[in-house]
Amino acid sequence: MEKLLEVKDLHVSFDTYGGEVKAVRGVNFDLNKGETLAIVGESGSGKSVTTKALMQLIPMPPGRIKQGEILFEGRDLAKMSDKQMQKIRGKEISMIFQDPMTSLNPTMKVGNQIMEGLIKHQKMSKPQARKRVVELLELVGIADAENRMKQYPHQFSGGMRQRVVVAIALACNPKLLIADEPTTALDVTIQAQILELMKDIQKKTDSATIFITHDLGVVANVADRVAVMYAGKIVEVGTVDDIFYNPKHPYTWGLLGSMPSLDSEDEELYAIPGSPPDLLNPPKGDAFAARNEYAMKIDLEQEPPMFKVSDTHYAATWLLHENAPDIDPPAAVKKRMEGMAKTSGGSEGEQR
Amino acid sequence: MSKEKLVEIKNLKQHFKTGRHSVVKAVDGLNFDIYKGETFGLVGESGCGKSTTGRTIIRLYDATDGEVLYNGENVHGKKSRDQLKKFNREMQMIFQDPYASLNPRMKVEDIIAEGMDIHGLSKDSNARKERVHELLETVGLNKEHANRYPHEFSGGQRQRIGIARALAVDPSFIIADEPISALDVSIQAQVVNLLKKLQNENGLTYLFIAHDLSMVKYISDRIGVMYFGKMVELADAEELYKHPIHPYTQSLLSAIPLPDPDYERSRERFTYDPSQHDTSEEPEFREVRPGHFVLCTTKEFEQYQREHGTGR
Repeated sequence: MEKLLEVKDLHVSFDTYGGEVKAVRGVNFDLNKGETLAIVGESGSGKSVTTKALMQLIPMPPGRIKQGEILFEGRDLAKMSDKQMQKIRGKEISMIFQDPMTSLNPTMKVGNQIMEGLIKHQKMSKPQARKRVVELLELVGIADAENRMKQYPHQFSGGMRQRVVVAIALACNPKLLIADEPTTALDVTIQAQILELMKDIQKKTDSATIFITHDLGVVANVADRVAVMYAGKIVEVGTVDDIFYNPKHPYTWGLLGSMPSLDSEDEELYAIPGSPPDLLNPPKGDAFAARNEYAMKIDLEQEPPMFKVSDTHYAATWLLHENAPDIDPPAAVKKRMEGMAKTSGGSEGEQR
Repeated sequence: MSKEKLVEIKNLKQHFKTGRHSVVKAVDGLNFDIYKGETFGLVGESGCGKSTTGRTIIRLYDATDGEVLYNGENVHGKKSRDQLKKFNREMQMIFQDPYASLNPRMKVEDIIAEGMDIHGLSKDSNARKERVHELLETVGLNKEHANRYPHEFSGGQRQRIGIARALAVDPSFIIADEPISALDVSIQAQVVNLLKKLQNENGLTYLFIAHDLSMVKYISDRIGVMYFGKMVELADAEELYKHPIHPYTQSLLSAIPLPDPDYERSRERFTYDPSQHDTSEEPEFREVRPGHFVLCTTKEFEQYQREHGTGR
C-alpha cells in the first residue's frame, strides 16, 4: 500500500491569556491511499485541531504548530506558505464540516459555491464548470440538478445541504478528504444516506478519508482503521476489528462500555468518571490516570510509550508492559466483546 | 410495576399558523398514557413533533385541541394561579442544550433555588442553602459549586445543574427533551446513569425524548415512535426493537449504526416509502400484539397480524 499522508510528532499549541494550551501533544499516524481512518475521542481531545493543522486552518496566532512534520506525498505541509497551501486546500485535500447550516454561504447560490473551486483550481470556464456542477450534484444524489443549482442553501433541508457540502469537497477530486463529524447534526436515516454516499464515492474515486466522530457506531460502519485520541495524544490505534474486539487501552474500554448496545439488558452503563484534563497544565505522567481505575503508580509519574500489540495494533498504556499485572477489561465491556464475537459468527440475516 | 396512569394524552393536537392560510400540524391527534414510575421514550426524526409534544404536555404551548390529563386533571384550559403553581411543582423539564437553558448571569445556587423560591419551599436562607447543597450532591457536584456561574462548568456538569433545578421542587414527573444529545459519549453514560439512579430512589416518572435510539432503548420501559405529528408505533422497549412492525420503525431501526464492525458489514438498510400504505381508509391505532400498537388500516392490521402473530 502506498502512503499518502504521514504525520510525525505533531504538536499544536494555542497561546491564551491563561498560558499555553497544548491541544495536540505529539501525534503520529499515517494514512494509505484509499483508506479510511477514523479519529475518535471526546470534545477537547484534539481531534479537530489535528485535522485542521493538516490543512493549516488553525488561526495563527493564537495557534501555532510547535513542532512536527505533516508529509503529504512527501511534501511537508507544516512548512508551506499560505500561497502554496491555497493550491492544496480544496484541490488535493478538502474538508467536510460538521454543521451544514453554517458551512455554506447563505447569500450565494449553491451552484456558484460548488463552482468556485472548479474555476480557481481546475481553471475551468464557467460553462464547463456548470456542467461539472450538474454532474456533481447528481453524484451526491440531488435530483433535478439543473434547477437546484440555482437555489440558495435555505431552500435545502439539512441532509440535502450536507450533500451540497460533500459535492463542494469532491469538486476537484481530492486525494484526501477530511470529514469532521459530517453526520452529527443529522437524523439517523439521513446519516445513513450520507455515509453510504461517502463510501460509494470513495470506492469510485479511490480517495483516502480521515473521519472524525465520537459516534462509535459510525466508526464501525465506515472505518478501516481507528485512532483513539485523548488529551492531545493518540492512545490507541489499530484496525477497526482490533479496536472493537480486542481493545487494550482503558479509555477505549470506557468509550465502548458507555454506549448501550441494542441487546443489552438492564445493567448500568460503564461510565468513565470525571472529565478530561485541562490542557493548560497537562498532568504529569499518563493524562488519563486520574480517570483510570486501573492506574498504577507509574501512570502518575511517567507517560506510557506506544506498546505494540500486533503489527497493526498499538496502545499507550502501562498495562501492556511486561511487568504489569494482568487486568481484564470491566465486565460490561467484556460482555460486549463476547456478545459481539457471538453475533459476528452468527447468521447474516439475523433480525434484531 | 403498578399500572396506574399518571399522564393521559388524549387526541392532543398542536397546530402552528405559519401564514394566513398555512398551518403546520406539528402534533396531530396523539393518544397515549404514561404509567406511574415508568420511563416513556419518544423517538422520531427532527421535525416529527416529539419536542412539541413534550412542550405541549407541560403547557409551554397551549394545545390546539385535545387533553392532557395529569392524575385525572386536565393540564390545559383555564386555571387560577394557584392551580397552575400546583402543576408546575409536579411537572418539570430538562432541556436539550445545557448552554442555552441556564441563565449566564445567575449563580448556580440561585438557578437551582428559583423554583423553590417561587413555591415558597424553603423557610429561610440557611434552609435554602442546605437544600441546594443537598441537590448538588445528589447530581454528583459538590457544594463549592453553588457560588459559581454557569460558564465555569463543562457541558456535562451544566446538564447536572439542569437536573438539580428540575429536582428542586420535588416533582413526580420529568420531561427530558434530548437531555444527552449535546454531551460527549462518556458523559452521556454518566448522565443516563444519574437519571436512572434518581428514578429508583425517588420513584420518578420520565418522558424521555430523543433521537438516539440505542440510548432510548436502554433507558425506556415503553417507546413511542412518531412520524409527522402522529404516533405510528408504541410498544415495550424490548418488543419494539425485536419485532418492529410499522415500516417506518423498521427503516429507523435499520439505519442505526452499531459499535460492531462485523454487524455493520452485513447491515442492510430499509428505506421507508410512505406511499406503500393502504389508503382506502383513515389509519387507526390498533393492537397487533399484546401491548404493541401500530397505526394501520383494517387491511394492514390483518396483514401485520398474519406476519407478526399475536402471541409472544
